[in-house]
Amino acid sequence: MSDLNKLGLAEARDALRKGETTSVELTQACLTAIDKADALNAFVHKTPEIALERAAAADARLKQGDAPAMCGLPVGIKDLFCTKGVASQAASNILEGFVPEYESTVSQQLADDGAVMLGKLNMDEFAMGSSNETSTYGNAVSPWRREGSDAQLTPGGSSGGSAAAVAADLCLAATGTDTGGSIRQPAAFTGTVGIKPTYGRCSRWGVVAFASSLDQAGPMTKSVRDAAIMLEAMSGHDPKDSTSADLAVPNFEAMLTGDIRGKKIGIPREYHMEGMPAEIEKLWAEGRDMLKAAGAEIVDISLPHTKYALPAYYVIAPAEASSNLARYDGVRYGNRATLEAGDGITEMYEKTRAQGFGDEVKRRIMVGTYVLSAGFYDAYYNRARRVRSLIKQDFENVFAAGVDAILTPATPSAAFGLGEMSDADPVAMYLLDVFTVTVNLAGLPGIALPAGLDSQGLPLGLQLIGRPWEEGDLLNTAYALEQSTGFVAKPGNWW
Amino acid sequence: MSIDQNTAAKVAKLARIKVEDDALPALAAEFNTILEFIEQLNEVDVEGVEPMTSVTPQRLKRRADVVTDGNQQDRILSNAPDAREGFFAVPKVME
Repeated sequence: MSDLNKLGLAEARDALRKGETTSVELTQACLTAIDKADALNAFVHKTPEIALERAAAADARLKQGDAPAMCGLPVGIKDLFCTKGVASQAASNILEGFVPEYESTVSQQLADDGAVMLGKLNMDEFAMGSSNETSTYGNAVSPWRREGSDAQLTPGGSSGGSAAAVAADLCLAATGTDTGGSIRQPAAFTGTVGIKPTYGRCSRWGVVAFASSLDQAGPMTKSVRDAAIMLEAMSGHDPKDSTSADLAVPNFEAMLTGDIRGKKIGIPREYHMEGMPAEIEKLWAEGRDMLKAAGAEIVDISLPHTKYALPAYYVIAPAEASSNLARYDGVRYGNRATLEAGDGITEMYEKTRAQGFGDEVKRRIMVGTYVLSAGFYDAYYNRARRVRSLIKQDFENVFAAGVDAILTPATPSAAFGLGEMSDADPVAMYLLDVFTVTVNLAGLPGIALPAGLDSQGLPLGLQLIGRPWEEGDLLNTAYALEQSTGFVAKPGNWW
Repeated sequence: MSIDQNTAAKVAKLARIKVEDDALPALAAEFNTILEFIEQLNEVDVEGVEPMTSVTPQRLKRRADVVTDGNQQDRILSNAPDAREGFFAVPKVME
């Protein structure tokens, strides 16, 4: 078989089980592709020795017939996941040199199933960003380019390295994390599939925390079937994360029938944003028509508090971040600033954090500190949490009215050029998450999948939002939509 | 609500992030842009709405109050910027 790195998880799994290839061959194909793709800056810590060792072990397991679905499949791991003995620095300078003594539950589950880790993937610093431009490793670069242009584009963020690596076939799939859209927005920008499961479906243990009430891990893949396979392997109860749900994990792949007859799909009127490009409106309308043609019933719905999701998010997420990131103090791990004679512990904290954190991270920590400070806690933080309750209620109301899933655009535009947003104020960048952030606030599962190309040849994605814990049904609706769109475009190999 | 340079300096101090004096005006301006955005929340009627504490209505699990782990001093100190004689070392805290 040729071009093994271009396979998806399902195809590669089936080929391994039939003995048509080996995990070592698959892994070597990916390692070769990775070494040729330094221009994308997707893999920031390569682990070829670990990969080949695990691949050989997986091949032995496959021979014995003891092979879970992920066995032998080479994947990339976002740098936010702690990996034992392998640098894990959340793309931050403050964690330079940090080598965890432990493995995150999600990456451990993948390893236990025999998945092969190829290395760690670029991202925005502490997952704060929508373009992978806040990384201490430098920008990750999208493999996609506008027709007739060689301008470098963002793969999205924060899981930008994961998206670039999957879209460029450097790995079969990758892990991502999503606090406000960090799986779904990069998936949409790169023509890949990304699902953020229900809050509590995947353990957060060992994943560097950004905003604990919003963070969820999920897979980034080349197809909906692959997302189903990998999500199952990543999911499950973990006694080490008290917010992880003690619920059985279904066989998501077995639920992919493509039959969505009679399903009720909601179209939220508040997602028609002013100034949204006509191409996005058109894509959304086409998605609606496809689901209808597949037998679903389309209903107009209202989610009245949508407009307030982003402002609520930009109170709650920074507040939680300011608490979570207090641990980076130069004492227990990571970088400590060089001190001058006479500097005490306060100077050590202040200099370490000033040098270690990038601008966006500092900005969010300080905004969070402000909204939690005495005198403002009620006015900002408690008000935002009240609005969050209302946003969740909006969704509960439409689900109670019988809606099975909600169709929206994934992003308000196609990918933009690296540096193009550098003069914009921070709020302009925050607006990129307008369609995804509601889902985190309500703790719901959401999936982005590619649905077409814009006039410049860049991928555009649609998002489906599901009922809590019904990822299987959501994946099936996405599977039906995927079959209708027939999206097969890939970026040309220029790197 | 508008943030002045003194407030920006106070927030930086609370967050234990050193900000040079000449960077304070720009920081205060950025805060104001973000706060202006956040203040849209004042339009929402939240009367009688409880602040969300947990997005999934599940009871947190309990476990027996027993020691399940420990005796790994070396591993805990392995990433410390400065570890001496089995402890994390920091600059002098008290005179």
